[in-house]
Amino acid sequence: MSEQHNSHEENEHHIVSPFTYLAILLALLGFTGLTVWMSFIDLGEWHITHGVTLFWNPVVALAIACAKMTLVVLFFMHVKYSTKLTKLTVASGFFVFLVLISMTLTDYMSRAWGRW
Amino acid sequence: MSDDSNVNLPDQSTARIPKMNFLTKENGLLSWLLTGDHKRIATLYLISITFFFFIGGALAGLIRLELLTPQSDLMAADTYNKVFSMHGLIMVFFFLVPSVPATIGNFLMPMMIGAKDLALPKINLLSWYLYIVAGIMMLYTMAIGGVDTGWTFTTPLSTHYLNTHVISAGLAVFVAGFSSILTGLNFIVTIHKMRCPGMTWFRLPLFVWSHYAASILMVLGTPVLAITLVLVVLERTVHIGVFDPSLGGDPLLFQHLFWFYSHPAVYIMILPGFGVISEVISTFSRKRVFGYTAVAFSSVAIAVFGFFVWAHHMFIMGISNYAALVFSLLTMLVAVPSAIKIFNWAFTLYKGSITFETPMLYAIGFMGLFTIGGLTGVFLGSTGTDIHLTETYFVVAHFHFVMVGGMLMAFLSGIHFWWPKWTGRMYPEKLSQLAALVTFIGFNLTFFPQFIVGTLGMPRRYAAYPPEFQVLNVFSTAGATVLGVGYLLPVLYLTWSLKYGAVAGDNPWQATGLEWQTQSPPLTENFPVIPIMDHEAYDYEWLERQKQKEVASV
Amino acid sequence: MSDSTAVANGAVADAHHHHPSYQRHHFETVEQQFDATNFAMWLFLLTEVMFFGGLFMAYLLMRNWYYQAFVEASHQLNIGWGTANTAVLILSSFTMAMGVWSAEMRKKKLLLLFLGLTWLLGMAFLGIKSIEYTEKWEKHHVPGLNWSEASFLNPASDPEVHEKYPKDQPLSADMASKTEMYFFLYFAMTGMHALHMIIGISILTFMIIRARSGAYTNGHVTYVENFGLYWHFVDIIWIFLFPLLYLISRY
Repeated sequence: MSEQHNSHEENEHHIVSPFTYLAILLALLGFTGLTVWMSFIDLGEWHITHGVTLFWNPVVALAIACAKMTLVVLFFMHVKYSTKLTKLTVASGFFVFLVLISMTLTDYMSRAWGRW
Repeated sequence: MSDDSNVNLPDQSTARIPKMNFLTKENGLLSWLLTGDHKRIATLYLISITFFFFIGGALAGLIRLELLTPQSDLMAADTYNKVFSMHGLIMVFFFLVPSVPATIGNFLMPMMIGAKDLALPKINLLSWYLYIVAGIMMLYTMAIGGVDTGWTFTTPLSTHYLNTHVISAGLAVFVAGFSSILTGLNFIVTIHKMRCPGMTWFRLPLFVWSHYAASILMVLGTPVLAITLVLVVLERTVHIGVFDPSLGGDPLLFQHLFWFYSHPAVYIMILPGFGVISEVISTFSRKRVFGYTAVAFSSVAIAVFGFFVWAHHMFIMGISNYAALVFSLLTMLVAVPSAIKIFNWAFTLYKGSITFETPMLYAIGFMGLFTIGGLTGVFLGSTGTDIHLTETYFVVAHFHFVMVGGMLMAFLSGIHFWWPKWTGRMYPEKLSQLAALVTFIGFNLTFFPQFIVGTLGMPRRYAAYPPEFQVLNVFSTAGATVLGVGYLLPVLYLTWSLKYGAVAGDNPWQATGLEWQTQSPPLTENFPVIPIMDHEAYDYEWLERQKQKEVASV
Repeated sequence: MSDSTAVANGAVADAHHHHPSYQRHHFETVEQQFDATNFAMWLFLLTEVMFFGGLFMAYLLMRNWYYQAFVEASHQLNIGWGTANTAVLILSSFTMAMGVWSAEMRKKKLLLLFLGLTWLLGMAFLGIKSIEYTEKWEKHHVPGLNWSEASFLNPASDPEVHEKYPKDQPLSADMASKTEMYFFLYFAMTGMHALHMIIGISILTFMIIRARSGAYTNGHVTYVENFGLYWHFVDIIWIFLFPLLYLISRY
């Protein structure tokens, strides 16, 4: 217990203030309300090409969810103040998850153009 | 010692095994069952995987016996299906996946980086217990009648058309998967956080690099297998329909999820073997590994690319042609890093001072056999030829060449190479060289005919086959008998050597690497004082200077 | 040659004098221990991402193939309960983060307060979940156990939902059968999530007991910090489950 100041705190000796946490909490609750509200509105679609259409509602919903996740990861999980290794680890997790989804979709989306 | 041997043993009349070492530190069953010492856990693993290897081997013997004759006359077709399924499950999940990492990797890795133990010793022990629980579950599955889906649990056969013990086998593999995940997790944390002062990434032995790459695959790939098995169990029990076309599901979804793990799994199995080969080739050529950076990065490249190629196991299963094209192209790419390694090892041998102790014999065998196996993988990765060759004995020969001719030989190479460090004793060299030769001959006799018979069209996973294939099958079975002898011999003479082998001393091979600078067997804490790494990997000049500094006799 | 020779001279010689009681012997410093265990928890969370990833892939496929069935089936979920649960979990992430702060500031009473609040919010989440699950059982929407498609073949037979979503057409027999797929995925994904909540609450119970004896306010924040990571991760899973299961289309 000799060397003190901040040696037993989190990674970069940075303690996030409760006010930051409060701000993030309010933002998260706000985003939640936003996403519920948007689910009651038809946002239309984008006809990219014959048989390939992008509907905006799920895009917006996932975008909001990603925003919420980003806030939780960066602030509640302290990644903003963490080492490069931690950031790399988080990024690699997303990357491999996206590989699973996207490479599997190369099969499903190309099985019958237009009926996906 | 004479020039054609690398071995440098202490004077046998005065040499003794050090009294205080990790084996003698504490006694009693509980000191082993509750140990945190990575070396003891590695020993527990070694005994366990040897046990499962011989069970898997016995099942292989039964397969080869059945295939002596074209008819399904030794056992019913259903029984044969169970035999090859259990053979695959046990060999893949209970031998190949943990073989080098959980035994040699566990034992050596902390020493190679200058640490006292892995980062998470209790997790290490938990990993072994999970392995044992999974093993018991799998043995139970065998005892109550086994599973006959093949080790791949392909749907809808496994979910809808069989009433064998799919759930029991699936749950056993689920538990074994977590054992693997915990080992990989432990290794990654250790390599990042526990290197001794001066041990930069590019001074690490290539053994550590390859385990790092394999661990990434273990951590990121195995959980997908876990959830896939959960879905299979749910499909069988509750009939949810996610793999059932009549309920709107897709059997191919299972295969996508299953092979997302199982392809990286083959790299999990082989990468640690690559690490062993790097160490052995370097030591027995007295030369640093050629192109260290290329070999290190190629390990990581294999790990990354390995995630992108899984559907090459599914070319004929109904995936779209466009997806097949993409995956085939990527499969060609993933072969490149493996080839880079073979070239680098070959250039390490060039102008080296080569000696042919047993580990080197296995390593050279590896290089040849793995190359053949790898090249035949390219045939299978090309969609056109794959249509003809898939689900035939060509595939069986391909993966046995890389896994048995490759991985198992690397495992035996590593066991022999580090046996003196592990036990303090040398194995009998002449007998072991004979065993290596017997293994090599037996292997080729067993599996080379399978390439031929596969190209001629003999399908895999069939108890009966057309009579024109019998001659080659008889050769294969004869080879299997020889191979069995080749594998039995090491068990016998290594056990013998525990009591009667020559005392090895710290560094009988005159190898570089921090593990060779400690006593044999090592102390529980590996190093009395954490070392400082001040030289590059495979630095034989540094080793010469060390020897000059050492006191010649007490 | 019976003793080992150190690799180089002047190896770190100060080693073992005083280190905190909670430092394990294979670590050289407390920082190394903290760094290593923190990294280990992140790697474990990566495995969890891939574990749930398989379920998300199955969901993605089925939702796109059977969109109509998924829309109408999702109307059976009460958006009020779902939003409430989301708010509960977000709040519990806040209280958990405050718990970590309290441990870092060595304020034991505050730590106990925030861990306790997190525990209560976690239980509230499970309580709401069980209300929802019970409702599913009562309406015969549990696949494989007491499943019935009546509400989708004829929406008018379910007045409670039909009032809120009058535009829902009766589904063809083929598409109606796919609502069972939706509910299977609903139970599998929220069930797996709930299992992780239960595990989290159990560990939290143990931690509250240990926190009372000051185990986490003496500088050893590792457990609280790493458990916090796990808790936030489970929250993130729900952050995605909520729009994917509840908010498919409510217009």
